Amino acid sequence: MSTPTAIEPAAERAPIPVASPRELLPYWIFAGIVLMFAIYFVGAEEGATAVFSGSGVHELVHDARHLLGFPCH
Amino acid sequence: MVRTLLVRGMLVGLVAGLLAFVWAYLVGEPPVKAAIAVEEAAAAAAGEVDSAPPEVSRDVQSTLGLLLGILIFATAVGGFLGLVFAMVYGRIGQLRARATALVLCSAAFVCIAIVPLTKYPANPPAVGSGDTIGERTGWFFVLIVIAIVAAVAAGRTIRDLSPRWGVGNAVAAGLTLFVGLIIVAHLALPNENEVAPPFPPQILWDFRLANLGTQAIIWAALAFGFGHAAERAIAGQPLLGRRDRATATSPV
Repeated sequence: MSTPTAIEPAAERAPIPVASPRELLPYWIFAGIVLMFAIYFVGAEEGATAVFSGSGVHELVHDARHLLGFPCH
Repeated sequence: MVRTLLVRGMLVGLVAGLLAFVWAYLVGEPPVKAAIAVEEAAAAAAGEVDSAPPEVSRDVQSTLGLLLGILIFATAVGGFLGLVFAMVYGRIGQLRARATALVLCSAAFVCIAIVPLTKYPANPPAVGSGDTIGERTGWFFVLIVIAIVAAVAAGRTIRDLSPRWGVGNAVAAGLTLFVGLIIVAHLALPNENEVAPPFPPQILWDFRLANLGTQAIIWAALAFGFGHAAERAIAGQPLLGRRDRATATSPV
């Protein structure tokens, strides 16, 4: 190819890490907690355990929980 | 760079969730409806008539609720994938962005979908006892954690053995270690089987295939979509647009 595209110089270089573990740690902790909450509400709320009373949350995401493979009832 | 990877991970996760929703709605809802019909027929035969309507109607559960649940899950795992990518890129051998994303998503698919499927497979509505849902949910998550720990151990084994044994042999050793640890976990964890004999096996099979497909679509879309997005992020290019014009504009 006579005209190199912009990606090629970067692709030729060996991959270098984008951030140090120290810089990444707070992101990991925060995102890990958010992930746990998201999975909890989609996957387990009002099945095995419950934060809200009633079954509105359970019923709303009920089909998603089944089809994502979480135990439901 | 971490910000860009996080944002793109969530965006690709959102798209992956939309694709998975289409599959789950078209392929997954028929066996769910069939299972509920079986449950209601059994209840009617036993003389138990459940006259109270559900808090959320079945129509909402099978459309909006399904979409919402899958989007929350896929967006959350997509964002976390972006951060895991930021941690491991450039640190697992000479793997480039697309290959790194493919390795991460393959490992996640095995740990979150395949391993639980072989021990605590998903069940449609109408299958399951309320008495054991607590322990079944608990063991399900314990098995996923064990699978992730085993995958990390396998990854470190591959990294440490590669210089001495060569990459091929090191990968074989790592995979053997992973499968061995999962077999031990299978034997050690308690069995749970909630499927009672009169339940039609075809509905169960269709449902479990639909579950596998939903997870496969999410992780395949993340592997290829995020691989593409991360490659462009590392090259300093925007998520969308032509590559040759891309250098003139700033990244997301």
